[in-house]
Amino acid sequence: MKLLNYTTGYFAAILLVVLSAWAGLFYYNMLDEIYDSMDDGLENQKILVMQKAAIDSTVMGRKKFDDGYYRIREIPAPTTKKPKDIYQDTLMFMQNEQDFEPVRMLTTVFRHQNRYYELRVITSMVEEDDLIEDLLYSLLWLYLGLLASILILNNFLLQKIWQPFYRLLNHLKYFRLEDSRQITPEPTNILEFQLLNQTIQKLLHSNINTYVSQKTFIENAAHELQTPLAISLNKLELLAEGNNLQEDQLTQIGSVMQNLERLTRLNKSLLLLSKIENNQFGQEEEVNINQLVQKVINDFSDQAAYREITVTLQENTVCQAKLNPDLAAILFVNLIKNAIIHNHAGGEVNIQIQKNEVVIQNSGSNQPLDAQKLFTRFHKNAASPGSTGLGLAIAKAIADLYRFRLTYAFAEKHTWTIHFHEPTA
Amino acid sequence: MRFCRGFLNFSSIDYVLITKIAAMKILVIEDEPDMLDNMVRSLRKEMYLVETAVTYDAAIEKISLYNYDCILLDINLPGGSGLDVLNQLKKLNKTEGVIIVSAKNSLDDKVAGLELGADDYLPKPFHIAELHARVKSVLRRRKFDGNNLLKLGNLLVDPEKHQVWVDEKELVLNRKEFYILLYLATNQGRLVSKTALAEHVWGDYIDEADNFEFIYSQIKNLRKKLKDYRADIEIQAIYGIGYKLFIP
Repeated sequence: MKLLNYTTGYFAAILLVVLSAWAGLFYYNMLDEIYDSMDDGLENQKILVMQKAAIDSTVMGRKKFDDGYYRIREIPAPTTKKPKDIYQDTLMFMQNEQDFEPVRMLTTVFRHQNRYYELRVITSMVEEDDLIEDLLYSLLWLYLGLLASILILNNFLLQKIWQPFYRLLNHLKYFRLEDSRQITPEPTNILEFQLLNQTIQKLLHSNINTYVSQKTFIENAAHELQTPLAISLNKLELLAEGNNLQEDQLTQIGSVMQNLERLTRLNKSLLLLSKIENNQFGQEEEVNINQLVQKVINDFSDQAAYREITVTLQENTVCQAKLNPDLAAILFVNLIKNAIIHNHAGGEVNIQIQKNEVVIQNSGSNQPLDAQKLFTRFHKNAASPGSTGLGLAIAKAIADLYRFRLTYAFAEKHTWTIHFHEPTA
Repeated sequence: MRFCRGFLNFSSIDYVLITKIAAMKILVIEDEPDMLDNMVRSLRKEMYLVETAVTYDAAIEKISLYNYDCILLDINLPGGSGLDVLNQLKKLNKTEGVIIVSAKNSLDDKVAGLELGADDYLPKPFHIAELHARVKSVLRRRKFDGNNLLKLGNLLVDPEKHQVWVDEKELVLNRKEFYILLYLATNQGRLVSKTALAEHVWGDYIDEADNFEFIYSQIKNLRKKLKDYRADIEIQAIYGIGYKLFIP
């Protein structure tokens, strides 16, 4: 959820509660005030009527409300000494509305010439339902108005005040350790953002330094190991070229060379693995997986033919994935080579290319492999002692680097599935 | 019976035999004494005139004073970077025939080196056979404009057009057989290891294939074709190591 929507959501909820509470209080206070002033008016009218009654006897004859706002009826002497004034709400038929409408009525008793009269004074009253309705509508408009202004204000403020933050966010989104480009944050007057910028710069700086030193270390390690290996191998090659060696000696030299070559491969694979895990392969591009798989199959065709393995390719669609092209090649070389090597003579390898995945199936042993250990380093199949045990670990590391899904399943055949990203629309 | 085409006139010298490249001058810039020794020994076997430089300063001095047909250049040198040597060569307009030989095998160096005008990039460790193939390829391209043929007994190989003749009769080989023959011919009389051959012919990733037995079937086919055409060369298997092409 965006920051803007988040804060607006909170404001909307809080405003709803506050405004409702406020509306209730306001309503009751207002009603109270209205009743108060109506009752004051009624009392004043009562006094006026009583004064008028004292001088004008016709007043006493008004037995109905017909054309006035009061009526007077003679009553027997009240039991209580001084009856209280009673204010009440009642309904009365209104000519103009042709309906019963609420009125406020004051009922009081007064004595005139030793006779008791009941005086009822009325005044038209606020229509509560109308008042509530009006109030509700006003409140709704106020609420919406407030929300709108918060939205506009937030939008404006977010854009204005949070600009350095969003810029930084954008920079960070596209930041990659292997690019040596540094992030230059926007200058800002806001203390928190200044702090954020400084912290991120510091963090990135130390990360870049670590990365560079690690990269240098790996390259140096490669250099230090490759040179003695190169020297030893070349010396043996020169030695073997000499014509004065017995077959037995040549066999020994051949065996040493094979082991040194294996060591070289191991060293190269380990370096490759750490390079992948350190994300030292830049330059991603859209790689045509179909073409790549075809090329790899072609490269391994002699080996497959030698082992009498049939490799079939079923291209259901064109598949593309975004990754470093060298790593893409290494990924498929390892998977396809694995399917060819861990196979039996006369076996088969079926490769299917789907919209977003490649499925490689190969015959081989009838037992499923240990899916837990399959992709770990130096997990070896006893049947091929010469392998480095790093091929699948490398494939997995490449898949992990690009968040592809590399899975293994066994159903009569060994099935390897590499699932690429959903295409981003 | 197919006879060679008219443009091949053996009596006139409109082609240069690769055996002539023997007198070429090669400078090896390498600080590791054992590595240098290996390279110099094997290059001298090919009758090249080989000179050496073990430091950055020595390299700069040599390249300023003399001209070489091919320079093997290490990147990590005492006193400076091989890339700076390359820069200097570029200033002197002498980048022709530079092969970077580096243990760093880093993509950045490779790209930088090739951009500076180097001809090739050979990562360490390499096979001696591969070194010779690269050196000869550079000399062929640079010194003979690729216009040269390789003669082995009664066999004639055109490295550029991928054609082979035995006694003026064209021998048709498939792509891999041709590359095997060319590679062995380039390293004539020398032992070529199975790994070196596999990496050269089948590509960079094949070295992970653990088993090079499949090469044997290709060699078998090649031998049969050579025998059918009565080529007087022989491909000898050196047990446990590789193959050697020689003229008996």
